[in-house]
Amino acid sequence: MRYKLDLDIEEVNTDRRDFLRRAATVGGLAIAPGVILYQTGAAKPADQAVSSQQRWGMLVNTNVCQEDCDACVTACNEEHGLWDLGRPETDAQWIRKLNVKDKQTGHVTSLPMMCQHCENPPCVDVCPTGASFRREDGIVLVDKHTCIGCRYCMLACPYKARSFVHEPLQDQLPHSPRGKGCVESCTLCVHKVDRGDNNTACAEACAKDGHQALLFGDLNDPSSEISKQLKQHGGTQIRADLGLNTGVRYQGI
Amino acid sequence: METTRFSSIDANSLQYWILLGGLALATLVGVLAAHHMDLEGHHISGMSNQIVWGFPHVAAIFLIIAASGALNVASISSVFGKTDYKPLARMSGLLAIALLVGGLAILVLDLGRPDLLIVAMTKYNFKSIFAWNIFLYTGFIVITVIYLWMMMERKMNKFIKVTGFAAFLWRLILTTGTGSIFGFLVARQAYDAAIMAPLFVIMSFAFGMATFILVLMASYKWTHRTLGDVMLSKLKNLLGIFVAAILYFVLAYHLANLYATEHHGIERFILLDGGIYTFLFWAGHIVIGCLVPLALVFIKPMSQSRGMTMLAAGLVIMGGIAQLYVIIIGGQAYPLVLFPGMEESSSFFDGVVAEYTPSIFELLLGFGGICLALAIVTVGIAILEFLPESLSDKALSLDSARSNSI
Repeated sequence: MRYKLDLDIEEVNTDRRDFLRRAATVGGLAIAPGVILYQTGAAKPADQAVSSQQRWGMLVNTNVCQEDCDACVTACNEEHGLWDLGRPETDAQWIRKLNVKDKQTGHVTSLPMMCQHCENPPCVDVCPTGASFRREDGIVLVDKHTCIGCRYCMLACPYKARSFVHEPLQDQLPHSPRGKGCVESCTLCVHKVDRGDNNTACAEACAKDGHQALLFGDLNDPSSEISKQLKQHGGTQIRADLGLNTGVRYQGI
Repeated sequence: METTRFSSIDANSLQYWILLGGLALATLVGVLAAHHMDLEGHHISGMSNQIVWGFPHVAAIFLIIAASGALNVASISSVFGKTDYKPLARMSGLLAIALLVGGLAILVLDLGRPDLLIVAMTKYNFKSIFAWNIFLYTGFIVITVIYLWMMMERKMNKFIKVTGFAAFLWRLILTTGTGSIFGFLVARQAYDAAIMAPLFVIMSFAFGMATFILVLMASYKWTHRTLGDVMLSKLKNLLGIFVAAILYFVLAYHLANLYATEHHGIERFILLDGGIYTFLFWAGHIVIGCLVPLALVFIKPMSQSRGMTMLAAGLVIMGGIAQLYVIIIGGQAYPLVLFPGMEESSSFFDGVVAEYTPSIFELLLGFGGICLALAIVTVGIAILEFLPESLSDKALSLDSARSNSI
């Protein structure tokens, strides 16, 4: 009886199989270029979770960072739609240029300061709803759907890296959603990382201006340029005493 | 063997409705101010990316820790067996709930996304002391309501001691949690100190007692009930002890900071050259909030004057608000130290003292929360039997004698 039933199914499906075979061939040819591009960019498929095999990070070489240059800041603002409203106390700043002067010698170091994407982020620890979170690949983000705007994370961040959206927003960019009443900070251009650019807007702008002070990459990959640079020349964490194991490292400080 | 006669107050007088109407109006204005901030965004407030918690938080945290302290009187009666305080235990519980509700209302209305409150009630990160506080606050209200039920329902009186003890423990944990909101902030120079927790506990004792004394005196005066000197004297002496304890903890905090060179910057800022914060610390917190009240409650002839006791309680509240302003806003105004020993500057106000002036919306919201708390008390004592009909010295000594003989 079972054999007969299987036979019936086989008979019924013959024509459909031919059709599916032809459709798959045509469809495959149509999407092949996209698949090839996709593989070249090594982007993560949207349905695949991020993995702790990577730890994205940034290396800042302050020796080549120019005091009068803010290309990284401008690029970040444009990439994420952070419009200047002329209210510096409340305008969002995801990355800023910080000048550090040695009181003894007068030596000034200029460096970009942003979310340090800590392995043990205080902002994530203190967030009551879990809206502040750290992805498996080391990027620290804020879930705008669960951020209630209590701002406790801003008090907790040792780097003053977070901003609160103090006004209604217009002209938002689809790849970088923001929300009035939510806290936000550098996303390490997560949208670019996920689509396989393997770089951030600030690092691209810095390179375009010929300074090469910012290097983005995978800290877990020994063959990545950032890992090689750190192995060869070393790197410093800001407020290393807090034991946060930051994803952003600095040279020359 | 209840001997004290309790009764609700007469709510039919014009004065009562004027008081309640005024409090309700102020609460409504506070809600509208918060709604306006919500619509326009927080840029219309004095808060910024530097001062992220402002006056609303000062008012809210004052009310929350005062709520914990307001339950003192009930605890002294139920947990420590001091029966003299038993007639006041109900009022103590009501005031505790009212103050906490007022404080929580301010906190919630100041959120960037008050519409997402349900998220705060359903999604928890248990590593966050803030998330724990949500449980501690709601739990405190539940436990105190049960405690009041045990006190007010004669059949349940046998459970007073157990629930009283639970409420006592809970409120110690609650204020420890509130202090730890600041104590657990590792990066800020003014915080990151374990002493914040016991400091907030003792602040709660003093602020709660001061608020209790004022509310008690006002409600007895306005309802023409008798409040004897014996009871008031006990309360004022306790207030004095709590204020002295605040001074001790503040001294220990600053001594520890002054010993460590890394904290000299913040100490200099608060104690010497912090402008408004230095002024509020010395004039507001130390002199008006501690030294003057201590003199008023312990030095004769002031200590024998009812008016001076009322003044002392009022000054403790003012000094308490000044102290919280210095801790909360002064602690944020002092710049974060990213590079110890270096001078920092940026477009994001690194290395400079942040400026803050509370906006009218924040003041109205804070004031609205305080009025909401008082409105709850005003309604509560008119609906249920919270207040003893008399707290005269004679009634008190009779009560005490009977309780002791049982």
